[in-house]
Amino acid sequence: MPAPAESATPTALPKPAMTRLAAIGLGRFRRASRTERREWLLALILLTPALVMLGLFVAYPFVRGIWLGLLDSVVGREGDFVGLRNYVKLWNDDIFRRAAANTFIYTGFATSLKLTLGMIVALMLNNLIGWKRILRASMLLPWIVPTVLSTLAWKWMFDPTFSIVNWILYHLGFIRLRIDWLGGPVMAMGSVILVNVWRGTPFFAITLLAGLQTINPDVYEAASIDGANPWQRFWRVTWPLLMPVTTVVMLFSVIQTFADFQLVYILTGGGPANSTHLFATYAYQIGVATGKLGEGAAASLAMFPFLFLVVIFQLWYIRRGEGGRGSA
Amino acid sequence: MGEERRGTSGKRWTSVPRRTFLKAAAASAGAAALGGMPGILHAGQAPAYPKGTRLHLLQWLNFVPAGDKVFLAQAEEFAKQMGVEVQVERIGMNDVRTRATAAIEAKSGPDIILIPNNLPHLFADGLADVSDVAEPLGKEQGGYYNLPRANAFSGGRWIAVPQFVYSWGWNYRESWLREIGYEKFPDTWEGFRDMAKKLKAMGRAVGQAFGHSENDPNNYCYALLWCFGGAEVEKDGKTVVLDKKGTLEAIKYNTALWKEGLDESGLSWDDATNNRAFLAGSLSVTGNSPSIYFVARDKFPDIFKDLNHAPMPKGPAGRFYQLPTLSSAVMKYSKNQKLAREFIRWYMAKPQFEKWFDVMDTFAVPPTKMWYDHPVWVRDRKNVVFRDVIKDSLWPGYAGPPSRKASEAMAKYIIVDMFVKAIQGATPEEALKWGAGELKKIYGA
Repeated sequence: MPAPAESATPTALPKPAMTRLAAIGLGRFRRASRTERREWLLALILLTPALVMLGLFVAYPFVRGIWLGLLDSVVGREGDFVGLRNYVKLWNDDIFRRAAANTFIYTGFATSLKLTLGMIVALMLNNLIGWKRILRASMLLPWIVPTVLSTLAWKWMFDPTFSIVNWILYHLGFIRLRIDWLGGPVMAMGSVILVNVWRGTPFFAITLLAGLQTINPDVYEAASIDGANPWQRFWRVTWPLLMPVTTVVMLFSVIQTFADFQLVYILTGGGPANSTHLFATYAYQIGVATGKLGEGAAASLAMFPFLFLVVIFQLWYIRRGEGGRGSA
Repeated sequence: MGEERRGTSGKRWTSVPRRTFLKAAAASAGAAALGGMPGILHAGQAPAYPKGTRLHLLQWLNFVPAGDKVFLAQAEEFAKQMGVEVQVERIGMNDVRTRATAAIEAKSGPDIILIPNNLPHLFADGLADVSDVAEPLGKEQGGYYNLPRANAFSGGRWIAVPQFVYSWGWNYRESWLREIGYEKFPDTWEGFRDMAKKLKAMGRAVGQAFGHSENDPNNYCYALLWCFGGAEVEKDGKTVVLDKKGTLEAIKYNTALWKEGLDESGLSWDDATNNRAFLAGSLSVTGNSPSIYFVARDKFPDIFKDLNHAPMPKGPAGRFYQLPTLSSAVMKYSKNQKLAREFIRWYMAKPQFEKWFDVMDTFAVPPTKMWYDHPVWVRDRKNVVFRDVIKDSLWPGYAGPPSRKASEAMAKYIIVDMFVKAIQGATPEEALKWGAGELKKIYGA
């Protein structure tokens, strides 16, 4: 049955609205729609490369990883669907639980230390008068050197026989016996955290320094006039005003540190006796070293819930900041 | 002549120029009639491989560079005879596993991969059946030893062709042993412990790696386990029997040895640490292939004169070795499987292999028995010991057959970490319980 002519109009608007549209010119309305369509087309064309890249290199591997985690796939064999069996198996795996605990310890200590040291360096650089450029550039060196190279250098520095660190400490009279940096569970974990902190501190320092430079000096001046000492100026002025930057940097760092692989893989391979395995290194050991791709994918995806929460929090925090600025 | 160049990732490549041969079809027929490469050479003509055919080999970076040179020259000769290109790519041994996994999953990559240890079992589904190469080769050359066969034979077929086994022995400083009253290297583990104790008391400890590294930690820990009568599983390959007296005795022994005679930084060592420490004069004794000896010969003459090699001591159950093995696997996805087989057949044949074996200078133990009486073994009296190691070698997963599960246990360093746990303070019983539990998870899955 044919629809009434009125309801068949493209907009299907009530009569008063149609009248208003006629008043501003319906033809103009139609032209705007075509422009909109052209803009949409242009937007689509411009977005396509990014969408294809995201689809190929982010979405596909991610979805494939989820699917693989539900199979008993091994190298060279697709495997059968096993549901959550891989995850159950991991849950009952002592080494996996150890790796999970290690990852939280590693991330917690490394990120806290990087924040502390990064803040100290940023404050020092912010108050420096001369040598600023050279110091800032040299400070970034650990961050820009490829991780594999710098970690290999650290491995040499931790070498039981040829450790330059031990040599210096011995000749300065601080130690009488060599320190076995990567030998014991606590020392090995401490050493990998140390290298992570060394590498990651410049990221904190340079970002916090950028944040510090946005703080109006008048605020410090006012605080000084009110009698605030240096600690009070930091705690009551710098810290709150720097909080948005600090939060974002912390979240980025947590994500990177939590999913770290190269550093531990090169320094210890997860040893001794699995005491330094992280989620990523253990997932590699299962998936590649033992060829159990399904279990390896599951171990790798076990990181996802935590990282997802971090990302959600990060996005919420950023949007909240944007909202705050918008309403101000 | 081919040229050697480096890729962007620092990998070494050798490309051999393509040759075009006339009468290819006729030569191919002749070759087929006469049988493989000897037939081709007899005909003096190349078989019909399509123009532009390229054979891609992935190998490890050899510890004996002279061996690589000979191999490359042979690859060039093969390429010339067959009218194809042969490309040899070399990477570190620890990276072979990753490359092979990626290649099998992508169904693209090298035609032949030289796969270490018992990894062929992990990759079995991605490897072509090469029984037609391995079986006749074994028969021609007096049969295979148990270890190389175990690592390359699965489910009634050859999944790779064994190329060689690393030789292994205890490297020791003769003069330092004489100083503590040892004219000869001890032949039992009890004697070894006494020797190590006395050496460590003089500040010259014995060095042994216990880190997560492919060869040295596994070589020592598996051997010690077997010498004391321990084993991972029964002959059925399913029933875990690690939790037995022999294993417990091995753990107790090693924990005592650690305190009394071993260098106590070994928990973080990889395969190269002991080489460096020995050549630096920090160690008196360490287990290794003759690579330390070769470096000493070239660069450390004083250590070279004083260095000798000794076999594994005997334990209550005997003398056993776990040795790194390398096997050539033809990949199932390869479109050049026929050519790949021809190549393996070619370089494993006596005329070619002998030249390579000669320059490898006792580092490589051939997988077949024909080579036992070769003059290479007696060229240097200090290296004679390497000839026999393969006869006493067992495989991971012993007493069961080699398997994917045994590969998994080795890749997860279960046996190594069991010893490490006791070193780190767990009681031998606790360490054993942990190791047996982990093995049960693997074999019970």
